[in-house]
Amino acid sequence: MASILKGIAASDGIAFAKAYRLLEPDLTVEKRTESDTEAEVIRFHAALKKSETELEVIKEKARRDLGDDKAAIFEAHLLVLNDPELTGPIEEKIKSDYVNAEYALEETSNMFIGMFEAMENEYMRERAADIKDVTKRILAALLGVELPAPALIAEEVVVVAEDLTPSMTAQLNREFVKGFTTDIGGRTSHSAIMARSLEIPAVVGTKNATTDIQNGDEIIIDGLQGEVHINPTEEILAEYKKRSEAYQHQRAEWAKLVNEQTVTADGHHVELAANIGTPEDLKGVKANGAEGIGLYRTEFLYMGRDTLPTEEEQFTAYKAVLEGMKGKPVVVRTLDIGGDKELPYLNLPHEMNPFLGFRAIRLCLEEQDIFRTQLRALLRASVYGNLKIMFPMIATVNEFREAKAVLLEEHAKLESEGTALSENIELGIMVEIPSTAVIADLFAKEVDFFSIGTNDLIQYTMAADRMNERVSYLYQPYNPSILRLVKMVIEAAHKEGKWTGMCGEMAGDELAIPLLLGLGLDEFSMSATSILKARAQLKHLSKSDMEALAAEAITLSTAAEVVERVQASTQKNNTK
Amino acid sequence: MSKKSYTVIAGTGIHARPATLLVQTASQFSSDINLEYNGKTVNLKSIMGVMSLGIGKGAEIVISANGSDETAAFESIETLLKSEGLAN
Repeated sequence: MASILKGIAASDGIAFAKAYRLLEPDLTVEKRTESDTEAEVIRFHAALKKSETELEVIKEKARRDLGDDKAAIFEAHLLVLNDPELTGPIEEKIKSDYVNAEYALEETSNMFIGMFEAMENEYMRERAADIKDVTKRILAALLGVELPAPALIAEEVVVVAEDLTPSMTAQLNREFVKGFTTDIGGRTSHSAIMARSLEIPAVVGTKNATTDIQNGDEIIIDGLQGEVHINPTEEILAEYKKRSEAYQHQRAEWAKLVNEQTVTADGHHVELAANIGTPEDLKGVKANGAEGIGLYRTEFLYMGRDTLPTEEEQFTAYKAVLEGMKGKPVVVRTLDIGGDKELPYLNLPHEMNPFLGFRAIRLCLEEQDIFRTQLRALLRASVYGNLKIMFPMIATVNEFREAKAVLLEEHAKLESEGTALSENIELGIMVEIPSTAVIADLFAKEVDFFSIGTNDLIQYTMAADRMNERVSYLYQPYNPSILRLVKMVIEAAHKEGKWTGMCGEMAGDELAIPLLLGLGLDEFSMSATSILKARAQLKHLSKSDMEALAAEAITLSTAAEVVERVQASTQKNNTK
Repeated sequence: MSKKSYTVIAGTGIHARPATLLVQTASQFSSDINLEYNGKTVNLKSIMGVMSLGIGKGAEIVISANGSDETAAFESIETLLKSEGLAN
């Protein structure tokens, strides 16, 4: 039966494909006393047998669809599954401790995982992940639940999930994932950002996607309107084919602007840059005519793996991006981990308020080995292009000074080692904490540039967790409080002859662009797919008109009034 | 019981694929088969055991087998070590 889900339009475009449910089952283990240990051992063996059959099937499918390379991992899993050193101790534990198979399995596996994770050799540490995966599979068999196998997707699908975490996205086969929809999340959640960087349509925050959609359902993802159609009727399908064509046509029009500069109607130039996560995103950056990289999120180098990336690995990635951009500016943000972005292998303690906790520059200044490795890789790569470095989550001038001192130390070390380094690397900060925005004038004397991170700036200014849907109404980019903070930052920078960019979602927002232009923003950094649309919009805006609009907007009392005022102005513009 | 020593010649040592092949081969036999390196002995049918030794190029390893099919087991393992260029 045809039905519709409403959600948040997170990534433009329209996708048609079959649903693929990507759900992590509950694998919580309880400890039970079992007097009939023989029965538990038999149950354990049955689970091993079931897991083995599953893995054989997955391995064959992987070999057929994806090649021997991808199948090798499942071969390794099969060996772990049948390893007498693993299964023997589990059986012994069931018998000697009179515990249930699940508990014996988890306890024994954890011991091995801990042992492998503690090894010197990186290759060995990675094997801990194999043991984890196999343990999960046996547990699922014991508990009678199904595990998804996203790595095996080999036909075009729309992924349906409660939420998409970075580690889940790392497993997805990009070639076949045509779009996705989630129960939770907003425009700034990881899943949404990922969809835009992959340039696939997405609708997030539908609340019921995983309950209403079954595997194999025909799905239309309307990433423009924020709608998901489940098993649509012929009429709806035909209508959407038309809309999809119109959207493609519109994109073709925008594509004509790909090699143009971004100039307003009254001849003012601004820079439109792209946000990226990996060197692979450069393809989209070029296809969409970005004038630079305004935000290179280096976190992805650290995610979806079991150990820290080496200096060499990082150097290779940074060099690839700098060379790929051929002298255009590349702003690299140093590691911004914590908050909603976790690195399991760092074993950081769980925090009550991760967004207000030990994250980003706070972590880097404490764990300096991690920070220094990244800075060295960046400095070494600096000769391959136009590198600018910025520190995330700076709250005090001292934090900036400390981070800069570490950078200068590594710079001096590399220099004394005879490494070639670029002479002019601009050093800036993210402005995402209100304390920093408020004294932007003082920061402006010490930094080379600002980049306003609106996603966090809004959540910290409004004191509203952006992962919490019940307070999502407080995510108000157009609130005059936010506009005034943005204005303060831009003016402070200009007074010292410095520049200000913005790399949050707001920079690519159709309604915010007129205001930001009016407030004097120098660089707008956004998802690559938003650039051409923004360039088309800016061509028709006059900076002096927008200055008047912005000046008026910051005197209004509510976000709604600001929106109304901007809409009225653009409509007037359109009818001119 | 049969016992024999080898020198590892594979550039990457006994990691990943070689370890997988060794364990797969050993697992086909009922004899107890052990691998000894650097004073430690592990079950050659255990992938985790074999990999935990971290055997690199140039390592001296000892393989021993004990059981009804130990001769056949040795033949298969030795054939594998040679054909894959792992050890001599």
